[in-house]
Amino acid sequence: MLRPARTCCLQIDRVSQMALLEFTDRGIYCRRADVYIDPWKPVDRALITHGHADHARPGHGAYLSTEAAAPVIRLRLGDIALQTVQFGETRTINGVSVSFHPAGHIPGSAQIRIEYKGEVWVVSGDYKVTPDNLSETFEPVRCNAFISECTFGLPVFKWRPQVDVLSDINSWWRDNAADGRTSVLGAYSLGKAQRLLAGIDDGIGPIFTHGAVENTNAVLRSQGLSLPQTTQVTDEQQKKDYAGALVIAPPGALGSNWMRRFPKASTGFASGWMALRGVRRRRAVDRGFVLSDHCDWTELNEAIAATGAERIYVTHGYTEIFRRWLEERGYDARIVETEFRGDDLEEPAEGERTSA
Amino acid sequence: MRDFAELFTALDRTTKTTVKVAALSEFFKAASDDDKLWTIALLSHRRPRRTVNTTMLREWAAEAAGIPLWLFEEAYPVVGDLAETIALVLPEHGDAKDVSLSEWINLIVGLSSVEEDERKQAVTNAWRRLDRVECFLFNKLITGGFRVGVSQKLMSRALSKATGIDEAVIAHRLMGDWTPQNTTYDDLILSGDVNDDHSRPYPFCLAYAVEDDVDALGEPADWLAERKWDGIRGQVIVRNGEVFVWSRGEELVTDRFPEFHALAELLPDGTVLDGEILPWRDGRPMDFQSLQTRIGRKTVGKKLLKDAPVILMAYDVMEDRGVDIREIPFETRRARLEEIVADAAAPVLHLSPMLEFDDWQSLSAEREQSRAHASEGLMLKRRSSVYHTGRRKGDWFKWKVDPMTVDAVMIYAQRGHGRRANLYTDFTFAVWKDGELVPFTKAYSGLTDAEFNEITNWVRRNTLERFGPVRRVTPVLVFEIAFEGIQNSKRHKSGIALRFPRMRRWRRDKPADEAGTIEELFGFLEANAG
Repeated sequence: MLRPARTCCLQIDRVSQMALLEFTDRGIYCRRADVYIDPWKPVDRALITHGHADHARPGHGAYLSTEAAAPVIRLRLGDIALQTVQFGETRTINGVSVSFHPAGHIPGSAQIRIEYKGEVWVVSGDYKVTPDNLSETFEPVRCNAFISECTFGLPVFKWRPQVDVLSDINSWWRDNAADGRTSVLGAYSLGKAQRLLAGIDDGIGPIFTHGAVENTNAVLRSQGLSLPQTTQVTDEQQKKDYAGALVIAPPGALGSNWMRRFPKASTGFASGWMALRGVRRRRAVDRGFVLSDHCDWTELNEAIAATGAERIYVTHGYTEIFRRWLEERGYDARIVETEFRGDDLEEPAEGERTSA
Repeated sequence: MRDFAELFTALDRTTKTTVKVAALSEFFKAASDDDKLWTIALLSHRRPRRTVNTTMLREWAAEAAGIPLWLFEEAYPVVGDLAETIALVLPEHGDAKDVSLSEWINLIVGLSSVEEDERKQAVTNAWRRLDRVECFLFNKLITGGFRVGVSQKLMSRALSKATGIDEAVIAHRLMGDWTPQNTTYDDLILSGDVNDDHSRPYPFCLAYAVEDDVDALGEPADWLAERKWDGIRGQVIVRNGEVFVWSRGEELVTDRFPEFHALAELLPDGTVLDGEILPWRDGRPMDFQSLQTRIGRKTVGKKLLKDAPVILMAYDVMEDRGVDIREIPFETRRARLEEIVADAAAPVLHLSPMLEFDDWQSLSAEREQSRAHASEGLMLKRRSSVYHTGRRKGDWFKWKVDPMTVDAVMIYAQRGHGRRANLYTDFTFAVWKDGELVPFTKAYSGLTDAEFNEITNWVRRNTLERFGPVRRVTPVLVFEIAFEGIQNSKRHKSGIALRFPRMRRWRRDKPADEAGTIEELFGFLEANAG
């Protein structure tokens, strides 16, 4: 059955009936191809940028993602009708060309390019331009209209090089290990956790993982990603086994009873939000490591410029502020509201909800 | 100031007091005397005089960062701290030669006498020479308000560890009217030349709340009870024929309370009293709001003195004829206090009455009467207790009456600052009046972080209107608001003002139309008038 796309009057501009992509209460919609991109309500056909819970939702009739993103999407959504494409491969749907291009956010994550009669739109999904030695490196895609997230779209967000942050994490772990403490590092279980695993010095001590992280590790390893050896935390282990170890767990686990098994622990959290002292203090962890799977202010501006797009739709983040900034720089900039995020900071925005 | 930045980072990273004390005492062992003195000052909320206003700082920072001012202003509430916002927007620097904390402070202090251009030059130069943490601290030196979770108690302990001087002695030396400009580290901490400073107060003895059962305090005969007055805790000092009045916040407020100046003649030299400053008329305390009008003014005119006269409700004596008597039992100090108050025969000096009781039950009944006496509960003090430095468990307890409560509807929400930046934590509440919601109070505290997170998400999706930082929200969420006092108020549209309002719980079970009414609030007002 064809579900009519009810357009949301506030969010849609006058020409949207003609536009290649429109913004509906189910998500971003291509009427001509009759597909949605990362829709948040059940639809017949969904193109999925990546497996994070706020992008890949259950209940759609058919899914299309990159082959690299598919195993994790299956892990999370179960038995779904999922087809895959390679990065750069073009599919034609009702005369519309659809292709997926590396977004650099997490392994398998894509920007989705939509072309019809020479007009090109790109939906960024979540993206990060700097390579992290794990995800497929971001590729700029030229387009007429670019739908860009702007999670960290304020000039207060400027990342230090990954190698420096990893070196901080290594020193923290090393110091803790020397004192017999366990280092428990909070990181989203899909993406950030593996990026940390791939980057840290695994010679410092044993590495344990929370079940949610280990499940994802297993899937990514089976895809051929190289991660250091990890052991899932179970009731089999004894407290002494954790002395000097690094434990990677989803943020939600850090404040929970699950932590009781680590009697002498130092806690850390790796996220772009750790750039803000207020957020850091609210997290109540011993150390905040500023490591994000999104662009910082400078990267965001450079990435947008590199698309050559004259029209920019901003979503996910400080949209009102970022839109005004882009407009002052000469872009035709507009806001796309999404259902689950407002116009400002939301901590779990990076990646996924913390329940995992 | 690399060493100071390292100290700050170490303090900021931990909530464990042992780690903080260790970091502080290491710093106090290694730093120069000037830096030590300034660090003590900063951590006890003494800061250099402000020489650059924040409007200028914002403009210069936006310019130095190459962003429009409006963008800076938008980023500020997200970060929740001006000094930090500046440090974050500026390009990262910090390979220059280290300049000490006190040298930077001297530079800032020196800016008061130069032209704006030169001021800007100096500040932006500094920004270029400092790394991110140092830059943040430098801005904090200008804007003030260090919060790194170091209490006076912690600092005293660290100084004690670093110097070998007793902790209580250090705590006393840290009190009073010193600034890094009028003393030295040697004078203040090492030799503790207290005699130089006649105004120096004693650290206040603080009480814990009675947690569960008052029976747990043991034999009633071991305890003395009096009312818990709801004014400003004050310490009145008479030394060398002069009067000094200190507030609990360690502020010298002598000039604000001219009523007490006569005590210089009436109390023996070398007397220090602890008590509550209360607005007083016709033999009973006036409402707290009258005192509010006094607190805000540096100088008080005749009208104010007449409208809101104050007394000292004295309840302890720490110094008698120049002798520190904090170590003698409370019972004995109390007897001496009674003599002192009687001898002085000063109309502004009252003695906090002792409440007779034989058992906890009868005292509990007395506690229920607190509001009728314009007090917020009872104070219980062990007869044998010394006058402790700061908060010590076991000897002094406050036993407050249960707060008044009303269920109210949230109608406006605003984001918090600092640790709560970006969370909607500051709410305005309304109750029903003739079928309409009238705002009557704001409240900021009482909920868990998880609840604030949830409400923040809710606010984003239920905003009806925006007024700058304030959002009008769909009036459906109901909260139980607890408060300690209620008064008539001409300044508030609702006609009432609350004392210490906070959210006691989120009434998810209650629809908005079942929230409280204005009549309910006026009912409290009448009940307390007795």
